Amino acid sequence: MTTTADIEGAEQAAADRTPDLLYTETETELRDSVRSLLAARCRPEDVLPRADATGDTVGGDTQLWQALAADLGCAGLLVPEDDDGAGATFREAATVAEELGRSVAPVPYLGSAIVATMALLSAGAHQQLPELARGDVTAALAAGFATAPGDEFPRTARLSGPRSGDSHGGARLRGEVRGVADALDADLLLVPADGVPHALYLVGARTEGVHRTPVSSLDMTRPLCDIEFTDAEARLVASGPAADQAFQLALLAAAAGLAAEQLGVAEKCLEMTVAYVKERRQFARPVGSFQGLKHRLADLWVSITQARAAARYAAACLAEGNDDTPVAVALAKAHCGDVAVHAAEECVQMHGGIGFTWEHPAHLYLKRAKADSIGFGTADHHRAALAALVNLPGA
Amino acid sequence: MLTPADIQGKVKEFLAAHDPNTTERLEFLRARYDAGLAWVHYPEGRGGLGAPRALQTVTDQAFRAAGAPDNDPANNVIGLGMAAPTILTFGSAEQQERWLRPLWTGEEIWCQLFSEPGAGSDLASLATRAVRDGDDWILNGQKVWTSLAHQARWAILVARTDPSVPKHQGLSYFVCDMTGPGVDVRPLRQLTGEAEFNEVFLTDVRIPDSARIGQVGDGWKVAQGTLMNERVAIGGAGMPREGGMIGLVARTWREHPERRSPGLHDRLLRLWADAEVARLASLRLRQQLAAGQPGPEGSAAKVTFARLNQEISGLDVELAGADGLRYGDWSMRRPAHAEFLGRDPGFRYLRAKGNSIEGGTSEVLRNIIAERVLGLPSEPRVDKDVPWKDLPR
Repeated sequence: MTTTADIEGAEQAAADRTPDLLYTETETELRDSVRSLLAARCRPEDVLPRADATGDTVGGDTQLWQALAADLGCAGLLVPEDDDGAGATFREAATVAEELGRSVAPVPYLGSAIVATMALLSAGAHQQLPELARGDVTAALAAGFATAPGDEFPRTARLSGPRSGDSHGGARLRGEVRGVADALDADLLLVPADGVPHALYLVGARTEGVHRTPVSSLDMTRPLCDIEFTDAEARLVASGPAADQAFQLALLAAAAGLAAEQLGVAEKCLEMTVAYVKERRQFARPVGSFQGLKHRLADLWVSITQARAAARYAAACLAEGNDDTPVAVALAKAHCGDVAVHAAEECVQMHGGIGFTWEHPAHLYLKRAKADSIGFGTADHHRAALAALVNLPGA
Repeated sequence: MLTPADIQGKVKEFLAAHDPNTTERLEFLRARYDAGLAWVHYPEGRGGLGAPRALQTVTDQAFRAAGAPDNDPANNVIGLGMAAPTILTFGSAEQQERWLRPLWTGEEIWCQLFSEPGAGSDLASLATRAVRDGDDWILNGQKVWTSLAHQARWAILVARTDPSVPKHQGLSYFVCDMTGPGVDVRPLRQLTGEAEFNEVFLTDVRIPDSARIGQVGDGWKVAQGTLMNERVAIGGAGMPREGGMIGLVARTWREHPERRSPGLHDRLLRLWADAEVARLASLRLRQQLAAGQPGPEGSAAKVTFARLNQEISGLDVELAGADGLRYGDWSMRRPAHAEFLGRDPGFRYLRAKGNSIEGGTSEVLRNIIAERVLGLPSEPRVDKDVPWKDLPR
């Protein structure tokens, strides 16, 4: 029989095992400095022109990236101090992602400072880390934005060399990778490629045989590109199981980072909407005094408090190498993705006509939220992953 | 400030002087109260040590580890969760002296006489009258949804002492002797078949003025304090993964592959994820409280808990298939305390319907979140400045 004491003991044990889900003082300070930078340099009117950019104008805000990466040191948060980084943990990295989500910031933070950095760290490839940490160069994992944790190692690029005259350990790659995020302005590409064994290679993005084509993307604040490799020169980073491990860890970090970003998107959408409905008057009342809107906003606030716990838990698990990381990440990405989309949709609806215009920034958030919900695995994908992880098999 | 080690030392010292194996249970509990080891965050002389709230768990663990008897908190939830903090905040020294110790030890059970047939969500419109008569008040009215009334020695009660002022201003807060003349407790049967609650009829009940808590006319303010505690009590608990209702459904799912379908699987996964996220949010809320950062997240936890319990128990019944058509027992029982996880899926499904009504309906909680957390304007209020006696009823 289960006694009250057993239940209380179990409750206590659960509480003891749970990592800190709050924000530490360091995290709060970091958040504040990123937030003030973005308030000055990444206002809606700064981002809006990118939403219909074409040709050479497509891409990230390089000046903003310099300020974020070099001045605030955000590019090197996950890089160890020995490699000129900040030696921080995934908790701090996720805190920054939240802020960038709040401003739909067009910078390659997720792709370079989180995904590519985690892959290089896992592969033990430290050579590039100092320049990445300084923000002098950015790197991207050459895998489609929709690639999810648990997906098979990609086979769309394959080994086609070396050629005679290539340096020792050099290789050549051929193939095409479609819909890659944060790769358009990247200097380095980390390419998963087929071969015996399959492996991760490093390719200079501006070398011969690499051709990038911008994609007219649903979310132009994080534009995608297609990359074609035509016997491009490559250097081996990790092969076989080590490559699999680096690839999977990068994807877990990607999904957790994106969950944090989605939390930021949702928070900002709620804030904008609450401010607007307090001010907008119809029927001689602020529309925010109507219960039909109030209850929906209250529900949104409730789901955001839940999303914060999920996102923080995933970040904390990654930070401490917790065994529960795969569950935590699947949970966070499934939950925060739905919340962000819901928040952005409510934001458009409750702004009424103005929310449907190009001029108002609501659509930037809607597009970011919807694209993020597919990025690094849909909610459905992550729930299916949970089914396997927690032993709830399908029919 | 006291540390966990200090507390453990004090418990050890206490246990050396009071062997739990040879000391009579009540005597042990009274001594524990007097030693300040009951609720350690209460002040000295009131069963506590003025310690941080977080040290309570350490204290309880230390006593549990020694096999000491506890005060059976599940049997006195209203007393411990609502009456005690109210008496501590608003009660006089004499009142604290009289009521807190037997409340903590469980010698005296408490109940709450707030809701009325005509005053549910709009509690401030309540109509039970208290009329001054010398040193006493004479009460007449009807209260409802009172759990534990049939076992309680005392009740916290709100009554109208002045009908000529607007509704929030004319209320006062009392402690009512449930064994006194004129208090008639009748079971209130709910849709599960059980009578977990009661109706309480008050006919010329005399309450001494010394049993009033707070000033005459301050009843609303005092009651607000009580209700805040109620929501923290309902929403703030932590538990292990699959520790709640979702664990029961997950077990059924694992044990009965023949009942699985793609549609049910999708619902199960969504609810499992929601329940796990809600659990993490509760743990986060605990961490906030322990760090001295209480936030409005308690109301979020309560709204979520109600929705999840209802949806999960609904799935539970469907997952039972043909067995879901059978219901254990419709006889009118009077359980000692609310049971959300016990009995069969049908019972849990029906009982969960109360979760979004009791302790503040989910709709009222959404109003509170919208107005107090998000700062949205209130709906136009027609009853705010009208004397209670002139309100349409």
